[in-house]
Amino acid sequence: MNEPTADLNHPQLPRRPLGPPLSEPSCWHDIRVTVNGAPVCAQVESRLLLVDFLRHRLGLTGTHVGCEQGSCGACTILVDGVGVRSCLTLAVQADGSDVRTVESLAESGELNRLQRAFHEEHGMQCGFCTPGILMSMTALEESSEVIDDDAIMEHLGGNLCRCTGYVNIRNAARRACLRERSRPVDEGADRDA
Amino acid sequence: MKPAPFDYRAAHSVAEAIRLLGDGDREIKVLAGGQSLLPVLNMRMGHPDVLVDICRIPELGSIDVDSQEAVHIGAAVRQAQAHADPRLRSGWPVLTEAIGHIGHPQIRNRGTVCGSLAHNDPASELPAVAVALDAELVARSQRGLRRLNAADFFDGPFSTVLEEDELLTEVVFPRQPAWSGSSFQEFSTRVGDFATAGVVVRLERAGDVVSAARLVFFGVGGSPVRVAAAEQALLDAPVTPSSTAAAVSALEEQLDPVGDIHATAAFRKELAAQLAVTGINQAWERCA
Repeated sequence: MNEPTADLNHPQLPRRPLGPPLSEPSCWHDIRVTVNGAPVCAQVESRLLLVDFLRHRLGLTGTHVGCEQGSCGACTILVDGVGVRSCLTLAVQADGSDVRTVESLAESGELNRLQRAFHEEHGMQCGFCTPGILMSMTALEESSEVIDDDAIMEHLGGNLCRCTGYVNIRNAARRACLRERSRPVDEGADRDA
Repeated sequence: MKPAPFDYRAAHSVAEAIRLLGDGDREIKVLAGGQSLLPVLNMRMGHPDVLVDICRIPELGSIDVDSQEAVHIGAAVRQAQAHADPRLRSGWPVLTEAIGHIGHPQIRNRGTVCGSLAHNDPASELPAVAVALDAELVARSQRGLRRLNAADFFDGPFSTVLEEDELLTEVVFPRQPAWSGSSFQEFSTRVGDFATAGVVVRLERAGDVVSAARLVFFGVGGSPVRVAAAEQALLDAPVTPSSTAAAVSALEEQLDPVGDIHATAAFRKELAAQLAVTGINQAWERCA
């Protein structure tokens, strides 16, 4: 079985894929996805969840597996620019898509504005839910919507945090994301201004 | 958990999808957005042999308004896409409002309108909207095409009249007549949860009186529940406290919800009645 091939010099991908494929192969498919800007080709089983593909095949363990039924939001990533549950998406469904995970946010090791806001407002406790929350907020920030308190709460509503009371999370999201006017969606520009 | 093994086929045309569905020897499930199917597979509550992915079929991906001003929503149209569509927002606002109550934005980015209809979760919003707005559902198989009225489509919890080889290709919402108004009301413990109870109300007005009424509840039975006696109580009179009270007493007689960990049967019934009063008043205000 071929291991995934990737641009191994890309800083956000591991030097080589981690872990063996699941051991009960059913039906295999060749997929091509772009993960955090790097093209990846891989053979995946039909039943491999996108979150497990990212974690176990690519070693991108920033995306967390929580409930596996779409309730908790810990596995939220961006697929073609919108927030989705990677536990409710098959890897094979992502064929041809642009996938971004929390590892894409801190380019060259520097926290981006959203991450800094969560750091400065202490918008977390144990941190398990944080990658999903950051990606939900990234999707909101990159949309064309007006971002007021209602929009922030609507988009945070899909992410459970079992430690905090959400107050610092909301404060961090406000600090980073509030904007009074809508804006045109521009492909990727200004992503981590 | 992780899903049990299955085969996956991406269809690229409706013809290909219904050919795949026509293979009667294996258990085949249609995969659209997967936001209900994937949890079922992850929890191993279902063990299909094959998933047929219909989201790569271009002809199912659009929202079109036809010459009769009915709107056709294809089976691959995501809920987020429908929610953002300005034609739906102005022509069928109650549909837009209902979609806003489905899960969270991250769920609606993948979940589809038709998938929700074909799944028919008893607590889900869109089946009730389809019944209240007299939607038509189009099913295709190798045997031909069927047009089904929403009123006949949902036949029990997680069950519809779709045959195993049929693909729901689109839902059609007719143009809403002038002097009609609708309202969507739902209560859930937290935003994004399944509804404890909800109702879709549609009224038509002739002069000062109600000329047609639809009251369709969800979360209070195995399928969308239409209460004809309560609708009758609203006819041929303006909406007033006494006409809504008559509707409520009909509801209390007819509705028979079950109690569960989230709400007792009695609470659910009272909640449904109160939501109906709010909905009737709002639908009447919107009759213009």
